Amino acid sequence: MFKKTLLAGALGAAMLTAALPQAAMAENTLRMAYDADPVSLDIHEQLSGGILQLSHMSFDPLVRWTSDFEFEPRLATEWEQVNDTTMRMTLREGVTFHSGNPFTAEDVAWTIDRLKRSPDFKAIFEPIETVNVIDDHTVEIVSKRPNPLLLNMATYIFPLDSQFYSGETDNGKERDEIVKNGNSFASRNMSGTGPFRVTSRQQGVRLEFERFEDYWDTESPGNVDNIVLTPINESATRVAALLSGDVDFIAPVPPNDLERVESDADSNLVTMSGTRIILLHMNQERVEAFKDPRVRQAFTYAINQQGIADRLMKGFATPASQLSPEGYVGHNPDLELRFDLEHARELMAEAGYEDGFSISMMAPNNRYVNDAKIAQAVAAMLARINVTVDLKTLPKAQYWGEYDDRAADVMMIGWHSDTEDSANFFQYITECPNAETGAGQYNAGNYCNPELDQLLADANLELDLEKRGEMLQQIEQGLYDDAAFVPLHWQDLAWASASNIDIEPVLNVMNFPYLGDLVIEE
Amino acid sequence: MIAFLIKRLFHALLVMFVISLIAFAIQDNLGDPIQQMVGQSVPESERAALREQLGLNDPFLVQYLRFAGNALHFDFGYSYVFNEPTTEVILRHLPATLELVFASTLLIVLLSVPIGVYSAIRPRAWLSRFFMGVSIVGISVPVFLTAIVLIQLFAIGISWSPFPADTGWGVWLNGILSTDGGMPAYGRGNPTHVFGTWYTNFSSLSGMAYLVLPAISLASIMLPLFIRLIRAEMLEVLQSEYVKFARAKGISMRRIYFLHALKNTMLPVITVGGVQIGTLVAYTILTETVFQWPGMGLMFLDAIERSDIPLIVTYLMIVGLIFVITNTLVDLIYGLVNPTVKLTGKPA
Repeated sequence: MFKKTLLAGALGAAMLTAALPQAAMAENTLRMAYDADPVSLDIHEQLSGGILQLSHMSFDPLVRWTSDFEFEPRLATEWEQVNDTTMRMTLREGVTFHSGNPFTAEDVAWTIDRLKRSPDFKAIFEPIETVNVIDDHTVEIVSKRPNPLLLNMATYIFPLDSQFYSGETDNGKERDEIVKNGNSFASRNMSGTGPFRVTSRQQGVRLEFERFEDYWDTESPGNVDNIVLTPINESATRVAALLSGDVDFIAPVPPNDLERVESDADSNLVTMSGTRIILLHMNQERVEAFKDPRVRQAFTYAINQQGIADRLMKGFATPASQLSPEGYVGHNPDLELRFDLEHARELMAEAGYEDGFSISMMAPNNRYVNDAKIAQAVAAMLARINVTVDLKTLPKAQYWGEYDDRAADVMMIGWHSDTEDSANFFQYITECPNAETGAGQYNAGNYCNPELDQLLADANLELDLEKRGEMLQQIEQGLYDDAAFVPLHWQDLAWASASNIDIEPVLNVMNFPYLGDLVIEE
Repeated sequence: MIAFLIKRLFHALLVMFVISLIAFAIQDNLGDPIQQMVGQSVPESERAALREQLGLNDPFLVQYLRFAGNALHFDFGYSYVFNEPTTEVILRHLPATLELVFASTLLIVLLSVPIGVYSAIRPRAWLSRFFMGVSIVGISVPVFLTAIVLIQLFAIGISWSPFPADTGWGVWLNGILSTDGGMPAYGRGNPTHVFGTWYTNFSSLSGMAYLVLPAISLASIMLPLFIRLIRAEMLEVLQSEYVKFARAKGISMRRIYFLHALKNTMLPVITVGGVQIGTLVAYTILTETVFQWPGMGLMFLDAIERSDIPLIVTYLMIVGLIFVITNTLVDLIYGLVNPTVKLTGKPA
């Protein structure tokens, strides 16, 4: 009885609070919940989804991706290839930073220079030799060698306010210092050209933005005045916050709650086929049998990707036969899924492993959607070709150490291409491992095919993009024939919002919503 | 008294020392913090440099001595995730947790004493049986589930209509089975600033609304326990000779129940209660996670996920300290309630 009256009282109090935010909503406030918040306000400190999402809110890139993988001009309005290694870019005029400083070509050169010093970004920007400032609104970016991916890289160039970040702080530190673990000027202060300015930040609790009144893009339909971002790590709570109307926009929506959100009349669910591939590496150094391509093929024939995507992932994944998702230049449409248990058994018999063998396998249990369950399903599928799997799943904090040590015969990894280009997959996942160059850093299968590596090297110098695409597709074909790894699926993406917010136009498979263009209906 | 406090101080130092040693010893199993700090495609050479810079390559003893040396100056290191001293991070998250624990304790005290006493005085009443039944369920349901159910019922709301909606009685019955929701489902809202890092939810009705569901969830672990404890103690006291004697002398029942019996009932309850406050702080990890309550528990879970070792060690030490402090306070209060207890442990 006590409990009941208490709840009734509490409910009354809640009605009062529910009425409050409504009154204060004369301005459009977007309350959103992501599973994490950006680790720092310095967008060059870490290369992660959270930081890129922040970059697109408070900064603007030179160019950005459209939803069908075309380049859209932002701070760069035009670009042309002057010669094999030089690209000339014309910059937008009349753009100001949050600090009030005008945006010029100097800022672009300064930003690229800083990116080349950032531990997380320097590998991506290594191909750039120098940046020449021609005049206030023209730059020439010079690469060390022909560079077909310069525009892809330009999506990562979010010009920083060079005046604002230059000089020293009160305690004698350089304002442009990039500090991984520590307190730097740039990790606490920011000045970009983007649609939103950070007004208050309590890490892990709340991040507040307001619209930048002098934002250059006045043609954007966006009408959000304020944003409050709350990180909610727990999936069930994030969904509850949306369903109860406490927040207007959440991401990601966990697969188990998709139906619940979809059937809710006040919510709006958007899903998309993603670009992060989940795959298994078969370590040829640890297991003699994996040196035989027939055994590797048998594995790819034994595993039912469609089944995993349909049943385990409840349709929230796109089954894969290669690394490159549809839309990438390297995507090879000829490669089909190959689930055929009979053929898998034949291949095993041909290779002399009719009676199978035992292997160890490791997978994370809190990194990818349903990762541990997928690993269990795979183990069960392999049992049908007489392969006994000793499976161990670990939390991600512990998993990556084991991964780096190549601690099991079969290991799971998910990979998203930083450049939205197929070459990035090959470089990290299938290139012959080379500790010095960093090639094949995550190639836990120790797969090595020098011919394909050569093809990749050539493709990376090929400026004819159509020809380059064909070369990358050829690599996918080669990896498919070799069964270099077991592709599983591309993890889908899901967002949800209150029904008066039209999120679909601002979403993309890279998962950095262009919130500056978001429209809230009155 | 002074001797007792000094003894407890040494006690606390010993506890902190042991905790720090254990936390340090298991850090290698907590995962690689570097992995959480850099992007996936960052080359090994950069990682190695960072590892060296953080001193993670030093042998265990060197790392521990460095930590212990700094700890003597109240410097517990820098959080890898928050990029500030761990003590500051914890101090910022502490008020949220303390307010949550305070609200739950209040609920527990306000509910358990009357319910416990009532069901001891009227053990056969249907209401007592009902309370006992519910408390059995309460003990066996995990806090996580309680929280999710509360969110569904009171934040999201359920509409259930098994009865025909076109009849008056159907609408009425459906109304009973359905809830409106509307309670805040997560977080603290916009708490009011008090001083320093202290923000409070207690300053307004709307602030307190945020506290209700998390506090009930957290209280749900201890409340049944306390109801049953108070009931059992009270029943025993009511059987005792002096209560029978008091009744025989014709002292009013109200006076016997609430003055003589209750006072003796509360002695063991205070002891258990003090220890349980420490446990409550530990349980906030679950509650805070479900409600995204920005306190120490949530922070600790995040720290584990990101292998933020300095923060993990500091959190464990501070929770250890809270245990020692609450136990000390309990002993002091116990001495006040029952003066025959000698704190120094020497015979009276």
